[in-house]
Amino acid sequence: MDKIRNFCIIAHIDHGKSTLADRLLEFTKTIGERDMMNQVLDDMDLEREKGITIKSHAIQMSYEYKNSKYTLNLIDTPGHVDFSYEVSRALAACEGALLLVDATQGIQAQTISNLYLALENDLEIIPVINKIDMDGAMIPEVKDQIIDLIGCKEDEILLASGKSGIGIEEILSAVIERIPAPKGNEDAPLQAIIFDSVFNSFRGVIAYYRVYNGTIKQGDQVRFIATDAEYDADEIGVLKLGLDKRKEVKAGDVGYIITGIKNAKDVKVGDTITLVSNPGEPIQGFEEVKPMVFAGIFPVVTEDFEELRDCMDKLQLNDASLTYELETSQALGFGFRCGFLGLLHMEIIQERLEREFNQTVITTVPNVSFNAYTSRGEKIIVNNPAEMPDPTRLDRIEEPYIKAQIITLPEYIGNIMTLCLGKRGILINQSYLTTTRVELMFEMPLTEIVFDFYDKLKSQTRGYASFDYSPIGYREADIVKMDILLNGDKVDALSALIHRSRAQDFGRKLCEKLKELLPRQQFQIAIQAAIGAKVIARENISAMRKDVTAKCYGGDISRKRKLLEKQKEGKKRMRQIGNVEVPQEAFLAVLKLD
Amino acid sequence: MSEAIVHEAELRKDYISGKVETIYFGGGTPSLLPLEDLSKLIATFKKLFDVDPDAEITLESNPDDITAEKLAGWKEAGVNRLSIGIQSFFEEDLKWMNRAHNATQAEACIHLAHQAGFDNLTIDLIYGTPTLTDEQWKHNVDKALSLGITHLSCYALTVEAKTALADMIKKHRIEDVSADKQGHQFELLMQWMQEAGWEHYEISNFAKPGHRSRHNSSYWKGASYLGLGPSAHSFNGTSRQWNVANNALYLKSIEQNIVPFEIEQLTPEQQLNEYIMTSLRTMEGLSVPYVQLHWSDKQAEEIVRDAEKFLQHNLMEHKNDRLILTQKGKLMADGIAADLFR
Ligand SMILES: Nc1nc2c(ncn2[C@@H]2O[C@H](COP(=O)(O)OP(=O)(O)OP(=O)(O)O)[C@@H](O)[C@H]2O)c(=O)[nH]1
Ligand SMILES: [Mg+2]
Repeated sequence: MDKIRNFCIIAHIDHGKSTLADRLLEFTKTIGERDMMNQVLDDMDLEREKGITIKSHAIQMSYEYKNSKYTLNLIDTPGHVDFSYEVSRALAACEGALLLVDATQGIQAQTISNLYLALENDLEIIPVINKIDMDGAMIPEVKDQIIDLIGCKEDEILLASGKSGIGIEEILSAVIERIPAPKGNEDAPLQAIIFDSVFNSFRGVIAYYRVYNGTIKQGDQVRFIATDAEYDADEIGVLKLGLDKRKEVKAGDVGYIITGIKNAKDVKVGDTITLVSNPGEPIQGFEEVKPMVFAGIFPVVTEDFEELRDCMDKLQLNDASLTYELETSQALGFGFRCGFLGLLHMEIIQERLEREFNQTVITTVPNVSFNAYTSRGEKIIVNNPAEMPDPTRLDRIEEPYIKAQIITLPEYIGNIMTLCLGKRGILINQSYLTTTRVELMFEMPLTEIVFDFYDKLKSQTRGYASFDYSPIGYREADIVKMDILLNGDKVDALSALIHRSRAQDFGRKLCEKLKELLPRQQFQIAIQAAIGAKVIARENISAMRKDVTAKCYGGDISRKRKLLEKQKEGKKRMRQIGNVEVPQEAFLAVLKLD
Repeated sequence: MSEAIVHEAELRKDYISGKVETIYFGGGTPSLLPLEDLSKLIATFKKLFDVDPDAEITLESNPDDITAEKLAGWKEAGVNRLSIGIQSFFEEDLKWMNRAHNATQAEACIHLAHQAGFDNLTIDLIYGTPTLTDEQWKHNVDKALSLGITHLSCYALTVEAKTALADMIKKHRIEDVSADKQGHQFELLMQWMQEAGWEHYEISNFAKPGHRSRHNSSYWKGASYLGLGPSAHSFNGTSRQWNVANNALYLKSIEQNIVPFEIEQLTPEQQLNEYIMTSLRTMEGLSVPYVQLHWSDKQAEEIVRDAEKFLQHNLMEHKNDRLILTQKGKLMADGIAADLFR
């Protein structure tokens, strides 16, 4: 066990974690030249396409150091704030972390938040300044920033370039020298914590775990403590580029198990695996990931609901942070109210449903989770506009607040202040990290960053700002339910929960957008945004001017019939709201408002 | 060609049973057909089929083909209804549409026809062209009515893809047609014809009472018909077939005693859709009991249910168990029909 090291790579988004992982894998010959490609661990299509890591990825390396053979379990983690739970899981399997800092960018918001996560888990931190090959590398400054932040000595900071392969050997030496070997007892009762799981359509559920104590052998009868289910360990092994079958995996190591579980719900990330014959105590699992944003997901064709349910189950297995429950909408039929970690997460779930499961879906207006208190003193958690009690029954509503941390250059302070104050933010702290780097802290309603915050922040600072946030509880707010009506009929799927001061503007933009997206019909369509009975915005779509063919004799009849039948077929893909046909895109309109 | 058509008629004499009530020479330019061929054709039909002595026999013609001599010949051969593709009485308009005749011919040919004893006359007019103002449109309609015709077909100009017209519009040589203008001129037309006391018995067709086209009306009633010649369509109530369009192929095949056609069997649903589409275009509208009788109560019920929104918006009326388009609804006939399709 003293020849095992478990570590992860953490950093702000795009600071080069996956690229550095490539070099480590190459240097240790874990991956042959033939299989090598850039960011080889980002194996999801979506990750490659977007150039970001979405899921943590564990892989085992063997490395000879001072005449001893070491097993190094590496976990590459994502940098985006939506996926910080992936980082916290990975940390549970490690004793140390490489904290990368891009030499041209310095410390950024997620550098700090991920560092804190690692420290909470008592991990040994190895600071690495990465991308030193770049022209803009500011090594001395970044060194100062790091020393300030973690209080290390200058000579503890490594210099590297994942691109040109500088510093790889030093990193491997530091991992072995500085990160403690795992503790644990191979002979104690088995305790292995599941830190991730994936679903494979041939093999079923594959769970990834870190063994704290004991040994797991192929063929063992195992129990998953939280779900209280027993299985045979059909196959176990360690994680190389693929699965690498073994007879046993011992305390201190990271591995996988296949038990033939087909049902996504039977495996819970954070659960402890033990042996039926000699059971151990459960290990403290992970805090449940709390979804930040909620939205409905509905099948485009109502009949596909059952299929979608199946896919959601499978997707959840690959992404335990996705939560969902049944939702019914008058406009859209059966679907799910889903909880996401953020808007990027929501976008990714939708894209994965499309690519990996071939499901085209309609996503409705996202909202945060509100607390509504009725005049009779009940508390209702509102994740869906439909759940909001009638205003006459309401005493007050609370909305979630976050602490937002923004790191930027001094020249952008003005713009950021304007942006955040305009989003009902309150500045609570402003401090200079160095003469050229400022950290601003705001308290803000979470709902304000759900819509168009990132894009605005980016454009207001030309990309020179990094952003991180954490929830800080609920505060009372003047939230209203805004409905959209088409020819007087409410479209439940377009209702939104919104601060009163925003309602008018939002309603107007939404009506305008819908005007663009709804096809003309044989009669006029009135689009209205309303709070209760009060209309706050409206648009009209005038009737079609003319829709009739001149000639309809003999052969024209079958030609025309076929044309109109096709037209009718197209209409089936639209949803009928009262008298109005609504194409799917209209339900996505809200996501596309400027 | 006419020999081949005679031959085709012989080959297909069993396609229709019962009385033949109308004969229609149309498509292409039957007015160019030599007289003896026309006589031969009519004689053949009378020999092969049970042609009603009062049958409506229509011939389509172009103003520039019409001469006193030809008219006399047509009359002699048995033609008793003449359809003339006038399109417009304005030179500018005719030029825009690339027509062979001029404005003078347009008017003169109607007089000639009357002199030859054709009192059952129908003409075509086109509206909604860029050059046609509302005043000119009024003039065209008034002119037509004053010339003593009994039937009028009016079509909004449609620009078919891949025609010379479409090409010129694409290259901005001429102005494109506007739906707004077409809609407006159609509304004007409906109003004028109503004032003149004519029946607007189908979207594009108006008749003096008692002078509807019996032939076209049969199409909309779903009657059987036999079509002869290249591209001709035939219908027997449940299947529709159409001959090859290529003249050479057609001739060669008929020579070998084979009628070269493609056929399509209509499902009951498709038949219903055709009924919905054509009946809504007529003044009598869609008969609910007829749908109940020939299809089902459920279908009839669903159509009435789906029609509700059009009734609400005054596009349709539900009168005497019939769904009838209002003038406003007639402008939307296609979309409404598609919506009621099963
Ligand atoms: N010049 C230079 N570019 C680098 C280096 N390392 C990474 N990059 C580039 O930086 C970008 C981001 O690299 P990734 O390795 O995907 O970064 P990451 O930290 O894994 O990103 P996330 O997983 O999305 O947080 C890519 O375009 C890399 O080519 C380096 O050492 N030098
Ligand atoms: Mg990455």
